[in-house]
Amino acid sequence: MNIKKRKAEEVVFKALMVSACVVVSSSLFLIVGTIVAKGLPYLSWDMVSKVPQGGFYIGKEGGVLNAIIGSLYLAGGATVLGLLLSIPISIYLNIYLKSGSPLSKSAKLAYDVLFGIPSIVYGAFAFSIMIWLGVRASLFGGIIAVTLLIIPILVRTLDEVITTVPKELKHAALSLGATRWEAAKVILRQIKPGIYTAILLAFGRGIGDVASVLFTAGFSDNIPKYIDEPAATLPLAIFFQLGSPIPEVQGRAYASALILTIIILAIVIVSHVLAAKQTKHKI
Amino acid sequence: MNWRVIKDRLIANAMLILSITSVSFVFLIGIGLYWRAAPLFEEQTLLSLFSGDEWAPSKGKFGFYPFIMGTLWVTLIAIVVALPLCLLTAIYLAEYTKSSIRNIILPLVNILAGIPPVIYGVWGIFFIVPIVRTYVAPVFAAHSSGYTVLTGGVVLAVMIFPILVSIVSEVLRTIPKELKDASLSLGATKWETIKKVVLKQALPGIVAATVLAVSRAFGETIAVLMVCGNVPVAPASMFDGGYPLPALIANNFGEMMSIPLYDSALMFAALLLFIIIFLFNLISRIILNRIESKYSS
Repeated sequence: MNIKKRKAEEVVFKALMVSACVVVSSSLFLIVGTIVAKGLPYLSWDMVSKVPQGGFYIGKEGGVLNAIIGSLYLAGGATVLGLLLSIPISIYLNIYLKSGSPLSKSAKLAYDVLFGIPSIVYGAFAFSIMIWLGVRASLFGGIIAVTLLIIPILVRTLDEVITTVPKELKHAALSLGATRWEAAKVILRQIKPGIYTAILLAFGRGIGDVASVLFTAGFSDNIPKYIDEPAATLPLAIFFQLGSPIPEVQGRAYASALILTIIILAIVIVSHVLAAKQTKHKI
Repeated sequence: MNWRVIKDRLIANAMLILSITSVSFVFLIGIGLYWRAAPLFEEQTLLSLFSGDEWAPSKGKFGFYPFIMGTLWVTLIAIVVALPLCLLTAIYLAEYTKSSIRNIILPLVNILAGIPPVIYGVWGIFFIVPIVRTYVAPVFAAHSSGYTVLTGGVVLAVMIFPILVSIVSEVLRTIPKELKDASLSLGATKWETIKKVVLKQALPGIVAATVLAVSRAFGETIAVLMVCGNVPVAPASMFDGGYPLPALIANNFGEMMSIPLYDSALMFAALLLFIIIFLFNLISRIILNRIESKYSS
């Protein structure tokens, strides 16, 4: 092949790569831009400060405060529950077990696989547990489903953070006569910023997911007072309102989508700031 | 024995039990879904479930063929759209750009992974649906509402960008520099080196990333449900509506309790998704772990 042709191929592919890169990286702006353009005209103080009033679903007064609070309760509850379970698990897999032990290896593989299981499957599974236990669709049911969904995220993230801690730290603690639990406490202090990142990731996933709460959390126009009451969630509120033929209700779906996007972007920004801080203080 | 040691042992046992319980969820999910789906198998054979094309729960007819085809169409379109774009992007980021640009673009792409599915759905309705209806479909002389498997595929493609770009660029980073240098010093251009050396070496990793992305696309529910049309007929072209399996589960959960076997049929759909995605994930994670351990050793 002559050199001109080879050079031309190089140029063509480089151009293709640049354009692919532009398409891929601009898609975020396209999505956020569309949501902002659609939602902003409908966003009002009532939207975020009121629960649905009478006739809300035919275009009358009210807001989606019930869904915002419901989502916060749900994602918050699931994140707390998930942390209580996943911190001990990741300590056990990384600090108690020797690295490369069969249990730790297969457990990590299992979490990788669980991470890929779609939320609709978790939802269906949690729903069958609820039938088995005789639990109605409620905040509690939703929390269970979302906890199942976010444990793999938490374990995988914590796992990654713990592996960034130098092995010498653990060895130093153990050689000074500390038990493994005491060494774990030293390491936990070291990975505190990483834990915050994991919390934010899990919370963001929990607040945005629909398929897992669709049949487990139910829906309600009131803010839940007890854990056994059904709770509205923001993504589900968007989904329901979007299906309405009434323009005002649809408009509120766009505004709710904007609210959800703002929450998610805020979480992303905070976690980036935290991550930057973490690398600055790394030993 | 020292109290500190006893405490350490107690905590160790508690955490061992916790770890084993949570890992066993991989199996518990499968068993739980099978248990709920089992009544369906007494009435029908697997073959008739897969090949039947009539979906009429009230008459006891559960044919999954249209839904399986719907899932395959959207997934295939998503991969066809996303794979070339993401491969080119990942190659560009890994081989051509400075790290400063890479550090801006990779986080941007990764934010996409955090955007909730329902937001993708809203975006699909207002951005992709009109484009398909007014620009794409007329070109192919097809009349279309815009709610098609093509639309679902494109929305899914964007959803799998982060997984493909981040894993493929990680895999590309593991290719030894010596290999590339050898090829370049023999007079190959940079693109030729990538085409014939880098991509060949990275092939297992790229396959693994693609399989992961496929399984992600398989299970995505709400975003697809919102833009896909939800017609329970196997799509004949990409401008037809489709009805993927996850959308079937999500749409019918409310009414399933009133009709016999309906809930078993939906749980069977969930079980099917679970088994396929479980296998796909397992295979690709094993490949990726092997690449990683080779790289770090």
